[in-house]
Amino acid sequence: MFDQFDTNVILENLHFLIAGMQLTLLLTVAAICGGLVLGTLLALARLSGFWILSLISSTYVNFFRSMPLILVIFWFYFLVPLILGQPVGGYYSVLIAFVLFEAAYYCEIIRAGIQSVRKGQVYAGQAVGLNYFQNMRYIVLPQAFRNMVPVLLTQAIILFQDTSLVYVVGVKDFLVSADLVANRENRILEMFTTVACVYLIMCLSGSILIRKLQRRYAL
Amino acid sequence: MIELRNVSKWYGDFQVLDDCSTMVSKGEVVVVCGPSGSGKSTLIKCVNGLEEFQKGEIQFDGISVGNKKTDLPKLRSKIGMVFQNFELYPHLSVVNNIKLAQLKVLKRSKEEADHKTIQLLERVGLADQSLKFPAQLSGGQQQRVAIARALAMDPIAMLFDEPTSALDPEMINEVLDVMVELAKDGMTMMVVTHEMGFARRVAKRIIFMDEGRIEEDCSTDEFFDSQRGVRAEAFLSKILHH
Repeated sequence: MFDQFDTNVILENLHFLIAGMQLTLLLTVAAICGGLVLGTLLALARLSGFWILSLISSTYVNFFRSMPLILVIFWFYFLVPLILGQPVGGYYSVLIAFVLFEAAYYCEIIRAGIQSVRKGQVYAGQAVGLNYFQNMRYIVLPQAFRNMVPVLLTQAIILFQDTSLVYVVGVKDFLVSADLVANRENRILEMFTTVACVYLIMCLSGSILIRKLQRRYAL
Repeated sequence: MIELRNVSKWYGDFQVLDDCSTMVSKGEVVVVCGPSGSGKSTLIKCVNGLEEFQKGEIQFDGISVGNKKTDLPKLRSKIGMVFQNFELYPHLSVVNNIKLAQLKVLKRSKEEADHKTIQLLERVGLADQSLKFPAQLSGGQQQRVAIARALAMDPIAMLFDEPTSALDPEMINEVLDVMVELAKDGMTMMVVTHEMGFARRVAKRIIFMDEGRIEEDCSTDEFFDSQRGVRAEAFLSKILHH
């Protein structure tokens, strides 16, 4: 049966697939960065001790964690242009949806990370006269992030796979590009096998990287 | 320099400090002892505002610690503190542990901070360990770095919260030696410790605590010449037994 397995179709459409992968990676990295920044702020708000900040943060987290990602992607595709008053295109609406959605998950990871730093370290920072923000910036967060690296990277791998959901709004990521080629050339088996292999290799490398980092950054 | 008046503190319904009053004058070394759970560590953490208290008043160098308007970070930068578990910053090298607050709080220049850091590491006998990370040092070495870190701020008083309790026996003396030197140099010190030898040698006064109360507050000589109360007697007989 593998006589019919045509590898040429992959090579001929390689540039097309690479462009799709670039978009997938760009979306993943941008969503991680945006999600981390927003997630950190949410986590700090949640731990701030001010009930109003902590309520806003926990409402936000509970809201987004109750929504299916595909709904959020769809919903923001129509919502964002409405709010901004101009069309922004699929990519940006999807990016915003991912950042807001991931921030909810990152918030919880970061909150757990901050709480994993011993109280004594917080005291030690305070005792030399660091103020709240300096203590967070120089003492607590660096240690919290080290503890969080494995979970954050696991979340990043999940996100990398989840970006394939953008097909619902027609953004041409890796999977959508492959799908287009598959249908155009009528080489469905070849294309999807390739896609599966690529996802497998990238996610496995990610997992190995996590294990290496875990050993290196263990405090 | 340090003055506590009728300080009380509760964790929920549980009272950890009960009407504690005492004073530490400039240049004085005061040892706080007592059974575990008696509130010694909580008391010393109240002095620089790491722990809140609900009643009473603490003044440090004329500034009220409990007052909401007090700039606590600024106040704390004048009080050195050494912890039972060292609490060096594990992600920073020895040098950077000592430099961080000099740069960020005192806004010293890099050269100034470097100079001060090297000077202090020499003083605690660890100049050759400056580039290591805390986890690579022994407990005794870590605690000496922690003392250097506190001294880097040029504090006008030092608080020690059981500085030798987490150490292996053979490392206790290297830390106590540094503390004795400090006391000789005239540093104002409040020391929570069970090291009665240290207390006898350098402390001017002993405070004995039990169940959140200050049960004894007397000169070192009086304390050791058996003018102490029943509870202090029982405590001493337990720790000096062997």
